[in-house]
Amino acid sequence: MTALGIGWGPNAEGFRAGRNAFRPITAFDASRQRVKSAAEINLPAKPPATKLSPRQEARLDRAARQLIMAAAECWQGAGWESSATLPLVLGTTSGGMTLGEDYLKQAEARPHDRRRQPTRVSHYQCQRQALLLMDALGFTGPLTVIANACASGANAIGHAFELIRTGQSERALAGGFDGLSELVFAGFDSLQALSPTICRPFDSRRDGLGLGEGAAVLALESLYSASRRGAHILGELVGYGAATDVHHLTQPHPEGRAAVQSMQQACRVARVEPRQVGYVNAHGTGTPLNDAAEAAAINCWAGTDATKLSVSSTKGSIGHLLGAAGAVEAAVCLMALQGNWLPPSPATEQIDPCCQFDYVTSPRDARLDYALTNSFGFGGANASLIFRRWR
Amino acid sequence: MAVKSLAIAGMGAVSPAGWSVTDLERAVAAGSPLPNSLMDRPGWKTGLKVRRVPAPNTPVSWMKHARLRRSSPITRFATAAALEALGDRAEKVANGTLHVGIVYCVMAGCVNYSGRFYREVLVDPSTASPLVFPETVFNAPASHLAALLSTPVANYTLVGDDTAFLHGLAIAAGWLRESRMDACLVVGAEELDWLTGDASRLFDRRTATAEGAGAVLLESSEAGPQLAAITSPHPYLAAGNRSDAARAMQAELDSVAPGADRFDSGHAHGPGGGTAVRAVTGNAFNAATAWQVVLAGRAVQSGAAACARIGITGCNQAAMGAVLKTQSR
Repeated sequence: MTALGIGWGPNAEGFRAGRNAFRPITAFDASRQRVKSAAEINLPAKPPATKLSPRQEARLDRAARQLIMAAAECWQGAGWESSATLPLVLGTTSGGMTLGEDYLKQAEARPHDRRRQPTRVSHYQCQRQALLLMDALGFTGPLTVIANACASGANAIGHAFELIRTGQSERALAGGFDGLSELVFAGFDSLQALSPTICRPFDSRRDGLGLGEGAAVLALESLYSASRRGAHILGELVGYGAATDVHHLTQPHPEGRAAVQSMQQACRVARVEPRQVGYVNAHGTGTPLNDAAEAAAINCWAGTDATKLSVSSTKGSIGHLLGAAGAVEAAVCLMALQGNWLPPSPATEQIDPCCQFDYVTSPRDARLDYALTNSFGFGGANASLIFRRWR
Repeated sequence: MAVKSLAIAGMGAVSPAGWSVTDLERAVAAGSPLPNSLMDRPGWKTGLKVRRVPAPNTPVSWMKHARLRRSSPITRFATAAALEALGDRAEKVANGTLHVGIVYCVMAGCVNYSGRFYREVLVDPSTASPLVFPETVFNAPASHLAALLSTPVANYTLVGDDTAFLHGLAIAAGWLRESRMDACLVVGAEELDWLTGDASRLFDRRTATAEGAGAVLLESSEAGPQLAAITSPHPYLAAGNRSDAARAMQAELDSVAPGADRFDSGHAHGPGGGTAVRAVTGNAFNAATAWQVVLAGRAVQSGAAACARIGITGCNQAAMGAVLKTQSR
């Protein structure tokens, strides 16, 4: 689920073409914000048919609807049945923030009016949104919600990968979600982190990020189990690395040291060398500091092979999806591996000289064996995932 | 899930009883509910009954750290509890000879700053403070703690109801079994704001909302209280209910730790001599779960109990339990 469309098909088409999905914000009143556009999803009036009751459906906020739509598509594609032991690992930064906003506004404006407040309190919390997802698909199991800022989605998929790799589970449902909300949008605007022009990752004239919203969910299963039941395999998750940047709460270390560590760790787990990785889906927010630090990190990690490495950021198309970013960008890697193409960043016209790698700005076909995706967040949360083409 | 040779090597607590495990132990041993204070609730004549963490008795030097000077109360509580749990080991972490991961567990998060920032946005977004916003992010306290300790190792922030702290213990146990680090801090923390007090009151009028943090340092060792088991989580889905989940969790604990001393999340002292920490401290969600684990750990460490079970009936996610035992001989 992104502003490019609903489902794998429209998104693959949009990413392959490098389509731009930004538009004026309608999710909340943005008239007093410095920036007034975002990659907002045009949500359908009704969520997909699931096991949720009409009452439960009515409680879904913007973010939870996106989560459930993405998960329903994933579930159907995986062909999984209801289960009592399926771990659910999700990443988010703000869960049902819009409900929290409504709670605060009513609590202050009408202090004795409790109507709808218990529901808002309960469903504002991301664990309740996750439980609704379990109800929607008819499964139960351990629930983990990771809130490592903008690395949350990648951490969630990485954690689920570890559950399977270490034999704690045969399958896991994992992903990330975040909806647009006034508080978070205003937060990034207050930091002057939002681009007042256009999000241009790795462009020497870049002036900030664009916010978006969305969700992606992956059905992860041990290769043995998936092969045995004849599942349609989209790709193989082979590496996960995570490290903490203690430099600053919101700014990366200028050399991207933790980013290098997380990419190296993912390679160690995957047992691959950087030269084997054909494409990196960069965190690439379009802010001056992030892109410079990430470019330094990729240059360092790839070493002399950097010039042969294709890199792009899809945030120029769909914006920064915060807790959903790592999960959606993992899905982009799977799309690229399967479709034999690289997602371009057409808005980037003057590639920053700090990029020693091949930055992809126009649609291109390419047969890849490995793709790596980076996700970095406030608080120094850094995570990398490596996917391998499925034969 | 059975876990082997994982010991609690250190414990820390910041609670309405004070800034140490000893303060918490004394208050719970005394058995009387700590005094309530009244927190202003805009628009109401009467305030909200809460149990706040008192000011520290002595100045705390680490609060002068550049990352902590403008941090929220939840960061300070989490940091103090984590440092108490680390004890002398903090120096080894800072000089890189001890690799310590962090799992920070929270339900409500940095509510003070979130409420303050959103009020500023509602008045005029162009004047909303860019210094406040980053502190509203769930993982800000874990990030500050990592910076203070200079630890670049794995660092997760988990969000969930009162059971998130036990999930955190399970994740830390997994990391240690994989030898990804030497030890792991698991921290549970919450802070008070009238918004949290107001929201909690919608579901439970009897229990005062509280604040604070608890922490344990988990390491692979046969010395010290052993993390003997963590139950499966029993989620609250539409098909079941909270009581069923709590019963299933207690039955699982009965099977692995029959006759163990009980440290349950009930708000009153229960039958069988169970210690209901929250009856004394008030309810601080993941911080309170951490206090229960700390007190169970102390009971095992001191020899007061050979085996202690912690049963958590979370407020809106799941029921889950854990068992601590005396070290294997």
